[in-house]
Amino acid sequence: MSSQNKSVPFAGTKEQETALLDVIASLKGEEGCLMPILQKAQEIYGYLPVEVQTIISNELDIPLEKVYGVVTFYSQFSLYPKGKYKISVCLGTACYVKGSGDIYNELMDKLGITSGECTPDGRFSLEACRCIGACGLAPVMTVNDDVYGRLTIDDIDEILAKYK
Amino acid sequence: MYRSHVLVCGGTGCTSSGSAQILAALNEEIKKQGLDKEVAVVQTGCHGLCALGPIMLIYPEGTFYSMVHVEDVPEIVSEHLLKGRIVKRLLYTETVTDQGLKSLNETEFYKKQHRIALRNCGIINPENIEEYIGTGGYEALGKALTTMKPEEIIQTLIDSGLRGRGGGGFPTGLKWKFAAANKADQKYVCCNADEGDPGAFMDRSVLEGDPHVVLEAMAIAGYAIGASQGFIYVRAEYPIAVKRLTIAIGQAREYGLLGKNIFNTDFSFDIELRLGAGAFVCGEETALMTSIEGNRGEPRPRPPFPAKEGLFKKPTILNNVETYANIPRIILNGAAWFASMGTEKSKGTKVFALGGKINNTGLVEIPMGTTLREIVEEIGGGIPKGKKFKAAQTGGPSGGCIPAEHLDIPIDYDNLISIGSMMGSGGLIVMDEDNCMVDIAKFFLQFTVDESCGKCTPCRVGTKRLYEILDKITKGNGTLEDIDKLEELCHYIKDNSLCGLGQTAPNPVLSTLRYFKDEYIAHVVDKRCPAGVCKALLTYVIDADKCKGCTLCARTCPNGAIEGKVREPHMINPDKCIKCGACMEKCRFGAISKK
Repeated sequence: MSSQNKSVPFAGTKEQETALLDVIASLKGEEGCLMPILQKAQEIYGYLPVEVQTIISNELDIPLEKVYGVVTFYSQFSLYPKGKYKISVCLGTACYVKGSGDIYNELMDKLGITSGECTPDGRFSLEACRCIGACGLAPVMTVNDDVYGRLTIDDIDEILAKYK
Repeated sequence: MYRSHVLVCGGTGCTSSGSAQILAALNEEIKKQGLDKEVAVVQTGCHGLCALGPIMLIYPEGTFYSMVHVEDVPEIVSEHLLKGRIVKRLLYTETVTDQGLKSLNETEFYKKQHRIALRNCGIINPENIEEYIGTGGYEALGKALTTMKPEEIIQTLIDSGLRGRGGGGFPTGLKWKFAAANKADQKYVCCNADEGDPGAFMDRSVLEGDPHVVLEAMAIAGYAIGASQGFIYVRAEYPIAVKRLTIAIGQAREYGLLGKNIFNTDFSFDIELRLGAGAFVCGEETALMTSIEGNRGEPRPRPPFPAKEGLFKKPTILNNVETYANIPRIILNGAAWFASMGTEKSKGTKVFALGGKINNTGLVEIPMGTTLREIVEEIGGGIPKGKKFKAAQTGGPSGGCIPAEHLDIPIDYDNLISIGSMMGSGGLIVMDEDNCMVDIAKFFLQFTVDESCGKCTPCRVGTKRLYEILDKITKGNGTLEDIDKLEELCHYIKDNSLCGLGQTAPNPVLSTLRYFKDEYIAHVVDKRCPAGVCKALLTYVIDADKCKGCTLCARTCPNGAIEGKVREPHMINPDKCIKCGACMEKCRFGAISKK
């Protein structure tokens, strides 16, 4: 939630807005539809800036602060854009006891950012996650949908280089 | 008819190590060699032995290949599938003996296992409902709807002794009985698939490997309590599980096993998926329901219990994935069959996710009452690199650490609580002599600080204070009074928090204080971390007798803390040393150690 890359102005397109309105129209009226709508909205925009929350608030006729409250409660919802490549280091117990904390620190050093932040060029964002369920491969990190397991600190340069 | 079946694991573990590419290569190679009419390739769920993935099983021989690479595929097809010659170098070494190959069920990892919840995982194609039906799937639902009254189903569950597998261990049958007794125009059946314990992945494996078993059990639950709608609340971090559940629900509707008038009875039931968004507290039952309702996932005070006033204020039951996975078998085989397994108060089996410092990381399902020693030393294959067992952590952030002195305790709900831990959802993380118990306690508290929802003060502020004291100790600034304060605060948080998250959050601290107090004392009195983990308390030293003066360490040190002349013993300047350990890694003579 604490991404520092706040300078990126909102650049939502008409297509994105139409897609969002379609989603809202199809789910509106179902009990508990706010969460599924937010999830779809994040798929459409990549994050949930206040502009998007306002659309949802207006369409569902619920206060903006309620939408904001839900967005900030769950760690998967992001108020700020993420990097082109999203790096997640698993800090679940199985990975932690096998040294994923060191991997995480090394990535922070190498990228010069901390959890939730994005590199100034918008390429990488970094976050810690809790268990992706690949404990057999601990320690594990993911870059977008690619999973890297049985990591050592020496692997990091090679992995980052793939996404340059 | 196919003469041979190749099963490729498509669980998260094996997919992460490349099983999808293997599957594609296999299909292509089989076609290329003209075997596609004779050999069937099936993508299955998890086999459990994640440490050796990607895993491939070939039937009818039952050959178990481990750590398969894409490059091995042409050889497997031309040698094994075409010529019938086993590719020996890829065999799981445990199955190879002097007398030839032994079956998988005779290996240490599998022989003590008894698979009920995981019975179909790794065997059927989870994306094909007919394979589930072929192994007896939906028979229990048919039996329940056409030959049993709701009360009989509930009584069967009560008699079976099944207790909730999500952690609490509440008798499942009783939960259903309460919900059935409450009259309402609408009731709900929920499935808790928000597997939040970091290090537990049995629910994910069931959903990925056998999704229909959950749907079937939920429909049985709906019939038993009089509900027509179900919700599965599943973690968004489990994309494969979400995909397979979506497919399964679609197929079940198509086959009339969900929807209106199931098995031509008056009973109608449907299931909807709801995705979580990354909040550990949503594993707590009232928080989960609040989240499905579209709110911040904060827990509510109980009573009223969900059986009376749950989701959308209607009577609701919530069970965990693994609990549901046991139910169809209990309906088919009877309560006595299930109750014949396990200990006096904990019946049946439990799935554990073995992780951490253990050779056979993966999923195992064992009868209740199996000892921790059997799990760690026999099934788990012991600790890697000849290191010494220090503790096993069960119950995740709500549980505790079990020391070596309790290795022989039979594992069940009550025994684990009596030794200061808990069953939890079944994560079992093994730690060796290189893990610092104060650091582990701090790790779990960091987790609860992050995940506390903030609604009640004891949890929101208390866990933060606990974390701060632990942090102070690991930095070498702790005092003996801090240890006393730590313990006092733990009991306060336990007694005063609103929900299970806060009430159990101090457990990692209390259990490490109980069994590893000497480590805490070493940190505060001797300013030393016995396991060599807490950086602030480490000093790196060069053994002058072993140092050859090669200068490699001095050149490696990022902070210029190492001084010395060529071919003369070097020295580390403690004021400049940043304790990164780079010198120790590079030294070729083993002359550098940390204390």
